Amino acid sequence: MSERVLLRNVDVPDGHLISAYEAGGGYRALAKALREHTPDEIIELVKNSNLRGRGGAGFPTGMKWSFVPKQANKPKYLCCNADEGEPGTFKDRIIMERDPHQLIEGMAISAYAIGAETAYVYVRGEYVLAIRRLEQAIAEAHAKGYLGTRILGADFNFTVHVHCGAGAYICGEETAMLDSLEGKRAQPRLKPPFPAVAGLYASPTVINNVETLVCVPHIVSRGADWFRGIGPDKSPGPKLYCVSGQVRRPGLYELPMGIPLRELVDEHAGGALQGRKVKAVIPGGVSASVIPESGLDVRMDFDSLAAVGSMLGSAGVIVIDDTTCMVKVATRIVEFFHHESCGKCTPCREGLNWVFKVLRRIEAGQGAPDDIEQLQGLCKGIFGNTFCALGDGAAMGLRAALAHFEHEFTAHIEEHRCPFH
Amino acid sequence: MGMREKIEAAAGRYPDRRSAIMPALLIAQKEHGHLPGPVLEEVADVLGVERIWVYELATFYTLFHTEPVGMFHLQLCDNVSCMLRGAEALLAHMEAVLGIGKGGTTSDGLFTLSTVECLGACEMAPVMQVGDDYHGDLDVARIDTLLDHLRRAGSGVPLAPRAGA
Ligand SMILES: Cc1cc2nc3c(=O)[nH]c(=O)nc-3n(C[C@H](O)[C@H](O)[C@H](O)COP(=O)(O)O)c2cc1C
Ligand code: SF4
Ligand code: FES
Repeated sequence: MSERVLLRNVDVPDGHLISAYEAGGGYRALAKALREHTPDEIIELVKNSNLRGRGGAGFPTGMKWSFVPKQANKPKYLCCNADEGEPGTFKDRIIMERDPHQLIEGMAISAYAIGAETAYVYVRGEYVLAIRRLEQAIAEAHAKGYLGTRILGADFNFTVHVHCGAGAYICGEETAMLDSLEGKRAQPRLKPPFPAVAGLYASPTVINNVETLVCVPHIVSRGADWFRGIGPDKSPGPKLYCVSGQVRRPGLYELPMGIPLRELVDEHAGGALQGRKVKAVIPGGVSASVIPESGLDVRMDFDSLAAVGSMLGSAGVIVIDDTTCMVKVATRIVEFFHHESCGKCTPCREGLNWVFKVLRRIEAGQGAPDDIEQLQGLCKGIFGNTFCALGDGAAMGLRAALAHFEHEFTAHIEEHRCPFH
Repeated sequence: MGMREKIEAAAGRYPDRRSAIMPALLIAQKEHGHLPGPVLEEVADVLGVERIWVYELATFYTLFHTEPVGMFHLQLCDNVSCMLRGAEALLAHMEAVLGIGKGGTTSDGLFTLSTVECLGACEMAPVMQVGDDYHGDLDVARIDTLLDHLRRAGSGVPLAPRAGA
């Protein structure tokens, strides 16, 4: 399959305008959903498609929607997670900049399914162009009757608001995002209650990633079987892969879920830069564990990557070549998590501070012989003991770097310098 | 629309005015360049929310500046994908050319230099955000051209940071 579904509009001139979107068949899925399906049928359809959330965790979308209570005396909310802070990830930005109507249509159908009349798109504040395009697209959609009251004559009212983030990675964690939307400092909440029951303003709330939502119109148009026919049955669909780092053709690729990582890197993205060799690849943003070159035959889907101790995450594929020091990469990743720790729990806040200190001294050639053991001990103290997945991801990533590239860490300690300098 | 009207319009999008603190701070920062105490108090007053809530957010989120920044805020990404494509050398180059370190502002108030976490544009690494704009696929030559361009755009306009009242 090399048909582009999710990215079909991104290279169309003025593809962000409603005229271009409609010309390509846009908003027909919304019309079909409203005319031919009840909300429950849409939930069933999405369940049957086996769509799993593209924000990182891979939770089944239809199941998440079905947790929203049918009878509720409070308004329900849909929140689109467009915070996209996971280093190595840029897919949601490109969708919002070049095809914002696809997202609006996805939100409208999803809101109809769960019974929400209001959606907030939480977009990271740096994405100025995406925010402008989304706001323009929302205005266009209102003018054309795809948003507003009695949409396309149906008994369905729906409005979308854009909420700008202000620079904090933790806002991408769904419950921290809700706190941020409520005007508080972003810190993860205790679960339960789950957002589907008590989320934004303690109302039933569904949070979905941009890419998850843009899959929905295509499932309505083409059917659940079509979607499930692409890639592995338990983790299917067209997928956006963000390829960056030391590779010839960095960029956004739409390919089936489950393609081999090696094919993605070597064939689609052109392989290593001139005269260099791929040493390792991070497959799902820096929260995902690094995979050494020998493991690149793994397939890019939720289950296959989990089976090798990594994860699909945000599908931010970062290619690292043989000129790069893995200690440096690991140190930079820990520095990121340390910087972005929200400070709510001690293992993450204090543990990462220590880990970063030890890594910095190893990188500088001042590591002690037992530093690797120290790092292992610190990871053990963090993993499984943190309030949210940020701390776990940091510890898991470092463990993988140590497991696959311990010799590089040891070399720094023994030679008292970085062997790559 | 003045700042007050813009903040009111933002508040109308939420059932609770506290939710409008973030949008209001962004509006105020656009207006004043940064967010000194009196501006934070004005935001709290317009929204009718606790001042402490406003202070809390202004200091929690990295895009809010409680101190003045240069007319052009050079925000170079040095996260992994940009690091792998040479961001470090670009930082060293800018530090040398501008005569300031990371976090510093040039004495003419034109440039503030910072490093930032991933900008979500790694396909064009190394990347730098200046104001609203992303500049990608950077190398030393492109940086020099960009700085020249900004210097020219900046002259003729008052050079001091656009501080509040
Ligand atoms: C620290 C952290 C950061 C996250 N950042 C994002 C993000 O930027 N975008 C996103 O969609 N999900 C992010 N997530 C996942 C969300 O919590 C949530 O699972 C997701 O938005 C649900 O949408 P989905 O089911 O459509 O994937 C993050 C999770 C954690 C723990
Ligand atoms: S693990 Fe880190 S980011 Fe998550 S709640 Fe704890 S301190 Fe905050
Ligand atoms: S790492 Fe620099 S933009 Fe993503």
